[in-house]
Amino acid sequence: MPQAVPLSWYLALSAVLFTLGVAGFLFRRNIVTMFMSIELMLNAVNLTFVVISYRLRQVDGQIFTFFVMVVAAAEAAVGLAIILTVFKNRATLQVDDLSTMKD
Amino acid sequence: MDPILFLIFAAIAVLCGINVVLQTHPISSALSLVGVMASLAVLYLLLGAQFLAAAQVIVYAGAIMVLFIFVIMLLNTGRERRTRGSFLGRLLGPPLLVILLGSVTFVILRTAPRDAGVRFGTYTGGTVESFGRALFTTYLWPFEIASILVLIAIVGAVALAYKEID
Amino acid sequence: MNYLLLAAIKAAVVAGVLLLTLLYLQWVERKVIAHIQVRLGPHRVGPHGLLQPIADTLKLLTKEDLLPPGVNRFYFILAPFLAISLSLVSIAVIPFGPDVHMAGVRTSLQLADLNIGVVFVLAISSLTVYGVVLAGWSSNSKYPLLGALRSSAQMISYELPLGMAVASVLLVSNSLSLRKIVETQSGFYGGFFPAWNLFRLPFPQVFGFVIFLIAVFAETNRVPFDLPEAESELVAGFHTEYSSMKFAGFFMSEYANMITVTCMATALFLGGWLPLWPVSLGSNYAPAAVFGAAGAIAIYHGLHPARKRDRRSLQVVGALLCAAGALFLIPAIRTLVEPLFWFLAKTGLLLLLFIWVRGTLPRFRYDQLMRFGWSFLFPVAVANLMITALLVALVG
Repeated sequence: MPQAVPLSWYLALSAVLFTLGVAGFLFRRNIVTMFMSIELMLNAVNLTFVVISYRLRQVDGQIFTFFVMVVAAAEAAVGLAIILTVFKNRATLQVDDLSTMKD
Repeated sequence: MDPILFLIFAAIAVLCGINVVLQTHPISSALSLVGVMASLAVLYLLLGAQFLAAAQVIVYAGAIMVLFIFVIMLLNTGRERRTRGSFLGRLLGPPLLVILLGSVTFVILRTAPRDAGVRFGTYTGGTVESFGRALFTTYLWPFEIASILVLIAIVGAVALAYKEID
Repeated sequence: MNYLLLAAIKAAVVAGVLLLTLLYLQWVERKVIAHIQVRLGPHRVGPHGLLQPIADTLKLLTKEDLLPPGVNRFYFILAPFLAISLSLVSIAVIPFGPDVHMAGVRTSLQLADLNIGVVFVLAISSLTVYGVVLAGWSSNSKYPLLGALRSSAQMISYELPLGMAVASVLLVSNSLSLRKIVETQSGFYGGFFPAWNLFRLPFPQVFGFVIFLIAVFAETNRVPFDLPEAESELVAGFHTEYSSMKFAGFFMSEYANMITVTCMATALFLGGWLPLWPVSLGSNYAPAAVFGAAGAIAIYHGLHPARKRDRRSLQVVGALLCAAGALFLIPAIRTLVEPLFWFLAKTGLLLLLFIWVRGTLPRFRYDQLMRFGWSFLFPVAVANLMITALLVALVG
């Protein structure tokens, strides 16, 4: 076992998490779960940013991650408010039933 | 010590990630996502991003996911209904995902820098001082715009979900 | 000494003292509230009710451990687990004292001096919401769910003024490490006035301290913010369906949270282990003097007791207090016990404040509570932060 963890392992983990996020987004039908898969994808990208920040010995990658977190927070707030409003009108969270504009 | 810690927390992250996708009840998915975020926070610590690790727990695991769980509890729709997806989708989907994962991993393993890997403690630039200094000098403009963005999001969320108490 | 062995010993000592304190904090609370309400409190089980917490623990252990039908079993069992383990973790970064030399071992009276200590405690406190939420949701019953939703909304809302009050302290202290924050509060103005953050120029953090205290009352679900677990309102809130050891877990986690936040308030605002007046004016003898005076008062009242049977117990207590005072005069362990005395005295006074407020104030209604947090406390906290920032920028 090497004493240091190779960078490619971290990037591979990030790729796996991103693919899981894509899988969740495409295969799940509950809109909140799809939203959570988006958050999973964002987290995977955050990990990549931090790894590259480590590699380049600069803090800029972490600042990008920070901004991604801020934007994700704003997005979660507005997105969940939209989901609440949609639920009030349609009483369902299944994306298949929400896909047309008529009732 | 580093590889062991990495493997443990990477395994937790991947297992929780799989759980997010596979669980039928949204609350279980949300709690598994909290597990992913917590293990990612530990990985950030291993990469020397101390402030970011704490911010990840405070912002993501402690605020955003609580918001998700609130909304799921309020809506309370229960388990997800299995719908008849398209046959073509269910046939082609998993192989295409495996191809995606495989190609990305191949590119990473081929092009990742092969020099010294990640060792805990070698990068000490993730302290709050250096983070704050960069944030308030080089990235001041995005910082201010991000704060306006959050304000817009707050106002928008309240405007969308506000209910008059009559 | 081997680093791991030393860390294990320190962790064991802190854990043991903490658990003992949890147990007897409950006794102190019941006695103090009883005397505020002109009654006696527990006084039958053991002398002056001192064995009451042990009796309560035995009772909780031997009660039937119900798992109500229809609950989500995994989260039901996970919730108190999460609550108590998160509450106990944040003690690790609290500095109880400076570096000490004892028997050839040099160590600091702190389990882990993280250089992001303050943010670590904030992070753990934002995770404690999950214990409450999971408890309420998994109980599959309406009172716990309502109590959990209200409690978690309250805890999240009051995290904001808490963070702002802490941020004002960080502006003045320039570091996130709790040890460094306490160390920057050493020094005395004019040779006699302590430079704690509460009194620190350019802007004494009095408002910050009050905001912090109010916010942690809400964070720990204590009166006057304890609507989510009030008996007359919501049966017992989010821990209605819990019995035996799982209930004990929530109970312990509430007291552990109280202890953690008072330790944080002491470290951030009241100067941690630093004495109230400088050593040159004799603060070395303050602990011995305090204990000796308390012992003398106890012995005096033991000689002329109000109740006949208190004669012996008061004299015994007086003798013990005088012995404890004499302990502070031994120079060999003085470097260890003196900072501990100041830290524990300040923390103890804040805990007494918590208990005093519980015995005195009525509780807020839920909408009053939320309105207070968002419409009053948060703007005041922001204003405090801005004034502190302005003055630090102008002066520093």
